Amino acid sequence: MIHCVLHDPEDSVAVVVVEGVKAGQELTGLILDEDRTISLRCTQDIPLGHKVALKDMGVGDTVIKYGVDIGKVVAPIKTGQHAHVHNIKTKRW
Amino acid sequence: MLDDHTRFFAMQTTFHGYRRDNGRVGVRNHVVILPVDDLSNAAAEAVANNVKGTLAIPHPYGRLQFGADLDLHFRTLIGAGANPNVAAVVVIGIEEGWTKRVVDGIAATGKPVMGFGIELHGDHDTIMRASKVAKGYLQYASELQRVECSLDELWVSCKCGESDTTSGCGSNPTVGNAFDKLYEAGCTLVFGETTELTGGEQIVAARCRDDRVRADFTRVFDRYQEVINRHKTSDLSDSQPTKGNIAGGLTTIEEKALGNIQKIGRKCTVDGVLDKAEMPTHGGLWFMDSSSAAAEMVTLCAAAGFVVHFFPTGQGNVIGNPILPVIKICANPRTVRTMSEHIDVDTSGLLQREITMDQAGDKLIEMMFRTANGRLTAAEALGHREFVLTRLYESA
Repeated sequence: MIHCVLHDPEDSVAVVVVEGVKAGQELTGLILDEDRTISLRCTQDIPLGHKVALKDMGVGDTVIKYGVDIGKVVAPIKTGQHAHVHNIKTKRW
Repeated sequence: MLDDHTRFFAMQTTFHGYRRDNGRVGVRNHVVILPVDDLSNAAAEAVANNVKGTLAIPHPYGRLQFGADLDLHFRTLIGAGANPNVAAVVVIGIEEGWTKRVVDGIAATGKPVMGFGIELHGDHDTIMRASKVAKGYLQYASELQRVECSLDELWVSCKCGESDTTSGCGSNPTVGNAFDKLYEAGCTLVFGETTELTGGEQIVAARCRDDRVRADFTRVFDRYQEVINRHKTSDLSDSQPTKGNIAGGLTTIEEKALGNIQKIGRKCTVDGVLDKAEMPTHGGLWFMDSSSAAAEMVTLCAAAGFVVHFFPTGQGNVIGNPILPVIKICANPRTVRTMSEHIDVDTSGLLQREITMDQAGDKLIEMMFRTANGRLTAAEALGHREFVLTRLYESA
């Protein structure tokens, strides 16, 4: 089963695509652009559609998805944690 | 040996549509009762009630608008009536001047159209006279036959809504894959949603055919950013992404935009820029400067003459349009399970590697042909007829 997908191998976050992902679970991630998989352990419960961090990120770091900038880190994020509006914010407007 | 794409188009390059007097091809055969203004909704709905099978499209505007806002109002109403999915139109307005303006605009297509002003007659007399004409139009339309039409005569629009992260991985790139194929086949295509390109605008600019188109796109994009900067109270975090988007996992406007532009595929170029409700002048992929609100954008596409709409969703938008059949595509397995009556094309298999993107695109194109040939979309079957006019500023 694919638990999460990312677009580009350089992406720093992946999207959880199944329901019920729990802290401590080993996830299989599909890299859409390369049609190969990776694996990682998530450390928090993550709802369907929400993102899991693929690397440690500090405040001010740029978050990469689709291989490009989707915003900045506003609270530290560890690999395997839930990455969303509580720790990432837009750089626009 | 043929690849999947070639094999698909070797199978199907025609559909059965209604060829109108101006040469355009429609996939529906509506007789529309079109109010010019808010005051005429009651009469229009009464006519549609008298003559079953006709379609009233009420809306809340059309009084004391001026300048570019009034121009857009007329362009939208005339465009809706002129759309090739419409066989004939009865126009009803509170007075005869603006009513005639809408009638004359629609009459340029050659289709039957007649206008009625309510003043000096009242609702009863207007409804009676308009109902008699509507009955004749309905019987006229009922005898029109579908004829074989070429795929390149099909105009297809797209706009996504209630997006989530699965939109960017699944349903939007499905539209992109289909658009790449339809572009090659010579179709006329459009995308829009100016604000929701924010963060991906450089990618769209790079896809423009030439510097002239790129300059047009940049001008339109920058203009909208100025509107946002003028009116915003903090940032747009309460509106873009929407609460529904955030519940679905989208975090920033940039992330939403990058998912959004998956709809324009990987190969087709942006060949021109349209104002709201403006009609394309040649085939290819067009960008329309437009709101990102679903019903507004789809209504503008209908007014620009598009006859089939691709609407990818993540969390489950239920939108339809009275004139333009809206095909819903979804890759979110939970939405496909909980809102199945709204989904026409399920591409959730993409996220489990059960189908390829090419197969997902072909699945959508197959549904496009079925819809063009007459299959009612989920939104049509469920009675979704959102007709929402875009306003530019307050009335005089």
